Amino acid sequence: MSAESPAPSAPDFHAASSKALRDPSIRANFRRAMDGLMSKRAAQFPDSVEWNTLRAIAASVRARSLAKLPELLEALEAKCVANGLKVHWASTTGEANAIVLGILRGHGATRLVKGKSMVSEEMHLNDFLAENGVESLETDLGEYIIQLDGETPSHIIMPAIHKNRQQIARLFGQKIRDAVYTEDVDALTATARRVLRQKFFEAEAGLSGVNFAVAETGTLCLVENEGNGRMSTHVPPVHIAVMGLEKVVERLEDVPPLLTVLTRSATGQPISTYFNMITAPRGPGEKDGPREIHLVILDNGRSRIFSDPELQVTLRCIRCGACMNHCPVYTRIGGHAYEAIYPGPIGMVLTPQTEGLARRHELPHASSLCHACAEICPVEIPITRLLVRLRKEAARPSPGSKVLGAGGGRSRLEDLAWAGWKAAHVSPLLYQAMTTLVRLASPLIPSKFGPMKAWTNVRSKPRPARRTLHDLAREKGVPDA
Amino acid sequence: MPESARAAILGRLRAAAGPALPLRDADLPDLPSKKWSFAERVSQLRRSMAAVRTEFLDATEEGWPRTVRDFLALQGAKRIAYGPSGPDGPALASAFHLGTPPELVPYDRPVEELKAALFADVDAGFTSTRSAIAETGTLVVWPSPAEPRLLSLVPPIHVALLRAATIRDTFAETLRVEGWALGMPANALLISGPSKTADIEQTLAYGVHGPKRLVVVLV
Repeated sequence: MSAESPAPSAPDFHAASSKALRDPSIRANFRRAMDGLMSKRAAQFPDSVEWNTLRAIAASVRARSLAKLPELLEALEAKCVANGLKVHWASTTGEANAIVLGILRGHGATRLVKGKSMVSEEMHLNDFLAENGVESLETDLGEYIIQLDGETPSHIIMPAIHKNRQQIARLFGQKIRDAVYTEDVDALTATARRVLRQKFFEAEAGLSGVNFAVAETGTLCLVENEGNGRMSTHVPPVHIAVMGLEKVVERLEDVPPLLTVLTRSATGQPISTYFNMITAPRGPGEKDGPREIHLVILDNGRSRIFSDPELQVTLRCIRCGACMNHCPVYTRIGGHAYEAIYPGPIGMVLTPQTEGLARRHELPHASSLCHACAEICPVEIPITRLLVRLRKEAARPSPGSKVLGAGGGRSRLEDLAWAGWKAAHVSPLLYQAMTTLVRLASPLIPSKFGPMKAWTNVRSKPRPARRTLHDLAREKGVPDA
Repeated sequence: MPESARAAILGRLRAAAGPALPLRDADLPDLPSKKWSFAERVSQLRRSMAAVRTEFLDATEEGWPRTVRDFLALQGAKRIAYGPSGPDGPALASAFHLGTPPELVPYDRPVEELKAALFADVDAGFTSTRSAIAETGTLVVWPSPAEPRLLSLVPPIHVALLRAATIRDTFAETLRVEGWALGMPANALLISGPSKTADIEQTLAYGVHGPKRLVVVLV
């Protein structure tokens, strides 16, 4: 229905990350937040044996869910329909937006309250609904803050973590009627409560994401602390849940291990304040709850990821955000520099696959491959291995590659450099000529020259040793091979 | 269009090759299980819930309705919503007297008729609990026609009656022993404290959208 907006020009990660690095408030806000999240998580897993066991179970639950994905989705749909839900399928975000709008129009709804949902961020749902005359209001405190400021989340769990309390105090003072400037967190929270309670009361529909969808019982599980997710799914007469198609799990008993690794990894909580398990709309005799529940199952590139045996593991992700919290790159540049819905390590794996390597081939390189992300991942996603794979796919696609935009990161100059490198390293004569040339010519080359600038802009120019290793070895009597 | 999207998505998933990594369900360890004594379960639950600012009132099977009334009167609560046909509704009502505050507001009509009062005038909501989970400090609440969903969500104070004998060790055990998979209610809730957020500078603030206080009456 809706025309997909034309792809804007590719984001420039180098420019965006350099800018972020120079912003002292980004550096300070993320450093503080990530240090806090890392220590809280660590306190939740004091016993490495327990951690390894839980992780193995959680990973295997997700692996089994993916192994049976099409069957489980069909089983989920059948159960949901039997429970009285309406189930919709969307290949693209455009289709998903049209489905949501169609449901709202069917009820004459113009006011929607939203619980936190990263899938709705993928859909750019708020903008789409605003263009179509529906007020789509974020009610998670962090999401509310950034919506007020016209921003996007900088972290998938803590969307407003890039802002400090002074910035939020100024924002509330400017944007909320009757709000006085205060830096007191309790007072700021109370202001949001006052504004949003009225919105919950008035809304004609509520929207949420889904953390786990249980095929066995048709149950949609929501993890949250604030109660806004419950408000959005219990109070309005219509509830729309949007989920990525990978969110399904097979059995109810699969839920406890995932829930425990999710909350402990994400925010260092033994459990979230609320775990809201929704199986059916308001039943006979019930006094409240939505009269209709719609489940929108979104693909948006996931089936393509699923089709690659190695990259499929990307879809195990339960969106805990721990890989971001532990990433030395993310901690320094923050979430916005990635210019992606999902930032950080998992975002660097996900985004190039959904937006295509032609546009986002830079992202898999935004990592030192230090492996902290893969070590911390509660469902054992080998993030670093996937980053390396995507780097290769960008430059030299594997035969029959299904990765979107494979080969799109190929550079003539890089190819040439590697061809030269290879030639020099297979021919002793060329190698010797090269080392001699480098040694003699190096002092004559200006330090900021050509492609070398990328290195020397922030580092001193490397100075070749006066004598090569070969010379030294020969002097010590090591025979030539 | 939706039908074709469904077929297209399932078609794409079916056409995909299997995963590269073998499944290893067979040699998996069991979920680390906790086994506590009755006394340990109670203290573990209290400790975990108190850590997130849950309040506890100790009471007896005979005396809890008065404990609830006296506590709420002391807090200055005037109107308390409850489910009159809930498992503990009649007992609660026995401690309240017409004309003497606080007053009970029966949640016995569709929310559409009660919404304004519930959002504006009610100071506390009372619910029973189905069971509880010691490991995480969690109440298990199944809303029902007799005790609707919003009782534990909209009023600023949520008072929950918990019988210590119903506390279990873990969530996994609760699901299994209570046979949840055989029949889920429309809504099942795990509640582990009053509503809270840490979205501003990771600073904890209580009472953001749901109840500002959670009071467990422990029998």
